[in-house]
Amino acid sequence: MTALLSLTDMEVRFGAAESMASAVDSVSLEVKSGEIFGIVGESGCGKSTLANAVMGLLPGAAHVDGSAKLQNREVLGLDEKSLRALRGDEMSMIFQDASASLDPTWPVGDQIAETIRAHRKVSRREAKQQAIDLMTEVGIPDAASRYGDAPHRLSGGMRQRIVIAAALANQPKLLIADEPTTALDVTIQAQVLQLIRRLRDDHGTTVVLITHDLGVVAEICDRVGVMYAGQLVEVADTADLFAAPRHPYTRALLAASPGVPTESRRLATIPGQVPAPSDQIPGCRFQERCPRRLETCMTTPHREPVFPNEVACWNPEPLPAGMASPTDLLGEK
Amino acid sequence: MTATIVAPATPQRRSKRASNNAVLAGAIILGLLALVAIFAPLLAPHDPETVVADQVLGAPSLEHPFGSDALGRDVLSRVMFGLRVSLLVSLAAVLVSTAIAVPLGLLAGYFGGLTDTAISRVLDMVLVLPALLLAITFIAILGPGSTVAALAIAVIYLPILARVMRSSTLVVTRNDYVLGARARGAGHLRVLIGHVAPNALGPVIVQASVLSAFALQLEAALSFLGLGTQPPTPSLGGMLSDGRDVLSQAPWVEIFPGLTIVVAVLSFTLLGEGLRRAFDPKGVAA
Repeated sequence: MTALLSLTDMEVRFGAAESMASAVDSVSLEVKSGEIFGIVGESGCGKSTLANAVMGLLPGAAHVDGSAKLQNREVLGLDEKSLRALRGDEMSMIFQDASASLDPTWPVGDQIAETIRAHRKVSRREAKQQAIDLMTEVGIPDAASRYGDAPHRLSGGMRQRIVIAAALANQPKLLIADEPTTALDVTIQAQVLQLIRRLRDDHGTTVVLITHDLGVVAEICDRVGVMYAGQLVEVADTADLFAAPRHPYTRALLAASPGVPTESRRLATIPGQVPAPSDQIPGCRFQERCPRRLETCMTTPHREPVFPNEVACWNPEPLPAGMASPTDLLGEK
Repeated sequence: MTATIVAPATPQRRSKRASNNAVLAGAIILGLLALVAIFAPLLAPHDPETVVADQVLGAPSLEHPFGSDALGRDVLSRVMFGLRVSLLVSLAAVLVSTAIAVPLGLLAGYFGGLTDTAISRVLDMVLVLPALLLAITFIAILGPGSTVAALAIAVIYLPILARVMRSSTLVVTRNDYVLGARARGAGHLRVLIGHVAPNALGPVIVQASVLSAFALQLEAALSFLGLGTQPPTPSLGGMLSDGRDVLSQAPWVEIFPGLTIVVAVLSFTLLGEGLRRAFDPKGVAA
C-alpha cells in the first residue's frame, strides 16, 4: 500500500516571531491509502490544529512549516483557489459538533448539493438527486422528504450523517474526521463509526480520525498515532498499541482510561501537567512526568523518522516476548 | 383519573409572548399608518394645499375633523399627506443606509485585519459628528429638500448599522458551519453571501427598525427647521413649525401632526423592541 497522505516535519506556530508557541512540533507521519488512521491525544495536544493545517483552514496568524503531500502533491502553501478546488473534492473534513457545522438557515439537503455544485458542473436538479442518494446511503430514512428540512428538525445523529454525506459527496480520497462522535451519545456514536467504516470499505476512502477517545480508536482504527504536547510520540498498529504500548505516555494514557472495573476503584492518573506550547523544553516534552526518564531525556529530544510501530522515546517500554518492532529487526541486520 | 399538565408560565415564556404582542401592536399600528399614507389621495377629505380664506384657523368640526390651519387648509388632509412624505423619507433613508452598511459590515467583520481597519476608521469619522450638525452641513451644501434630507439621514445612520453588521458578522464567522462550508469547498464570496450574511442579518433588521423611529424624528426636525421638505408640500415637521405660531389660538394645528409623529415613532419602537427580544437567544429582555 502506498502513502496517500504524508506529512514531513509539520510545524504550526502561533504568535509573534520571538514568542512563537508551537502547537504542532515537527510531526511526520504517513497515512496509507484506504486505512483508518487514528490520531489520539488529550485536549490541546495539537491534533485538531494539525488537521486544520492540512486542510488549509487555519487563521492567518498561524505559521505552518514542513510538508504535507496528498498523493505526492504538496498541499501546504497552495493559494486559496487551488485549496478551494481540493477541499470538499479530494479531501474533506468533518467537524466536532455536527449541529454547529450545518448552517441553521439552510435546508440540510441544499448543504450537500452545495458541495457537489462547488466542484462538479451539474444542474440543480441533478445535484439534488445526488444529494438525496447520498442521504439514503448514509442511512437517513425517507431522504427525499427530509431534503428540505432545516437542521434543527433533525436529531444530532441525523445531523452528523448529513455532515458525513456532504463530506463524501464528491468521493474524496481523504476524509479527516475531527472528533466526529464526541457530541453524540454512545449508541449513535457506534452507528456513526460503523457508517464511517462502511463508507471506507465501499469507496476506499482513507480516513484520518481525530479523537481523544481510546474506545473509538480500538473500535475502528487500523493504525494509531499518539500525540503529546504538539508532538507525535508513537505510531503503531491499533492491536499492538493496546497490547504493548511502548512510549511511557501511551502507557500512562491507556492506564488512565476507564475499562472494566477491577479491584482498584480509582483511575490511574498522570502526575504533573502538560507543558504549555510556549515552554522551551530541552529534550523530551514528557520528561517531567515520565517514570522511565533517563539523563538523555533531559537534554536531547528523540526525533526519529516515523516508521510503523515507531516510538519517539529514549527508553521505551520493552516489547513483550514474541513481538518484534521493525527497528529491532533493522538493528539485527 | 387523568391529570392535565399545565406548562408553567416561566419568565422566558412570558417575555416571548410579550415580545410577540409588541411586534404585533407595532406592526398593526404601522400598517394602518402606512395604509393611510399610501392611500392619502383617496382618503383625504380635502386637497391639502388648497387655501380657503373663510376657514382660517377653523376649529375641529365634522367637515374638518382636525380643524384647519392659518391658511384655511384642512389639517386632517395635511396630516395624511405629511405622513406620506415623512414615512417615505425615513424609510428610504434607512433602506439606503442598510443596503450600504450590510456589505461594508460583512467585509469588515469577515476579513478583519486591514480591511476592517480601513472600513471601521472611515465610519468612525462619520460617527463622531453630531447627527443634526451633519445633516445641516449636507443641506447647506446640497440645498434643502426631502431627497437631500433622506440622503443626510442615510449617511448619519450608515456607521451605526455597519457597526452592528460588523459585530454580528464577527460572531457568525466564528461558527463551525462557516468553517464547514469552506471545508466543503465554498469560496469566500459564496460563504459570505450564502452563509454569513443570512445568519448575521437579524440584529441589523432590529437596529434598522429602531433607527426608522429616529429617522422619522430627524426628518420632522429638519422640516421643522425648514431644511427638509419644502412648503407647500405638507410634512409633519413643517406643520409643527406652522402650528407653533398659532399655538394659543388654534392648538389643533400643532397637536394633530405632533400626535401622529408620536404614534409613528412609538410603533417603530415597539416593532424594533419586540424584534430585538424575539432575536435575543436568551429570551429575557435586558
